[in-house]
Amino acid sequence: MIEWFTWAQVGVAVLAGLICLALGFAGKIPNDYSLGVALLVELLLLAQLVVAIVAPLAGNPPTGSLPEFYIYLVSAIILVPLAGFWALVERTRWSTVVLGVACLAVAVMVYRMYQIWTVQVA
Amino acid sequence: MTENTSPSRLGVGRVLVAVYGILAIAATGRSVFQIIDRFHEAPLAFSLSAVSAVVYIVATIALVAPGRTWYRVAVATIGFELAGVLVIGTISLVAPGILGLHSANPFGREATVWSAYGAGYLLVPLVLPVLGLLYLRGRRNVMRSAA
Repeated sequence: MIEWFTWAQVGVAVLAGLICLALGFAGKIPNDYSLGVALLVELLLLAQLVVAIVAPLAGNPPTGSLPEFYIYLVSAIILVPLAGFWALVERTRWSTVVLGVACLAVAVMVYRMYQIWTVQVA
Repeated sequence: MTENTSPSRLGVGRVLVAVYGILAIAATGRSVFQIIDRFHEAPLAFSLSAVSAVVYIVATIALVAPGRTWYRVAVATIGFELAGVLVIGTISLVAPGILGLHSANPFGREATVWSAYGAGYLLVPLVLPVLGLLYLRGRRNVMRSAA
């Protein structure tokens, strides 16, 4: 894992989540903005996947369990498209809120992934 | 039944379902991994983890599925979660040894969804059942007034 990239990713996910929540509570149905920031979160997750595959080969192995790391990463990668799919099917403002919740969940999951990779608190 | 339900209440229910779904995935993923990787370290705690995961999955389905039976299932599972997070949360802090835990750290390798009242999950496991039961109560009132 690349530390600065991970923190940037957490920041983007939190921001995207807050934007979607704000848009949702303001009564906006899913639009290019909310779906756009969710897409950005997803792209960063895919980038993180590439980093996770390459990093151990480049002398940056995880200190924790790699399978546990991947459970989080794969769940996160699946989560955002699910929320996006929901947003396209159900055109209500609550779908925008759901998008926001998914982005915030991704932020937490990426943070957990960072912990698994770097800090062992056992 | 649903005709009289206000759209916004239904909508809030949708968000609730989404959050439940995420928690169900989180609890399932974690407990499956813990059981495969290190079940012997804290069998009781990890078994509870798995139970909570199953209950979250059932609760998610029960919130989506229509009808009276599913409504009862939803109340039962969400009530069970509230009890679980309160009881297990308290034990994990006061006497982690009972659960076979070596620490009460909600972020540790032995942590479960319910450890320290779900602090490792931003207390969502504590807050969610309360919101869920409130939502279900509202839905029951709607069902009654519609009947």
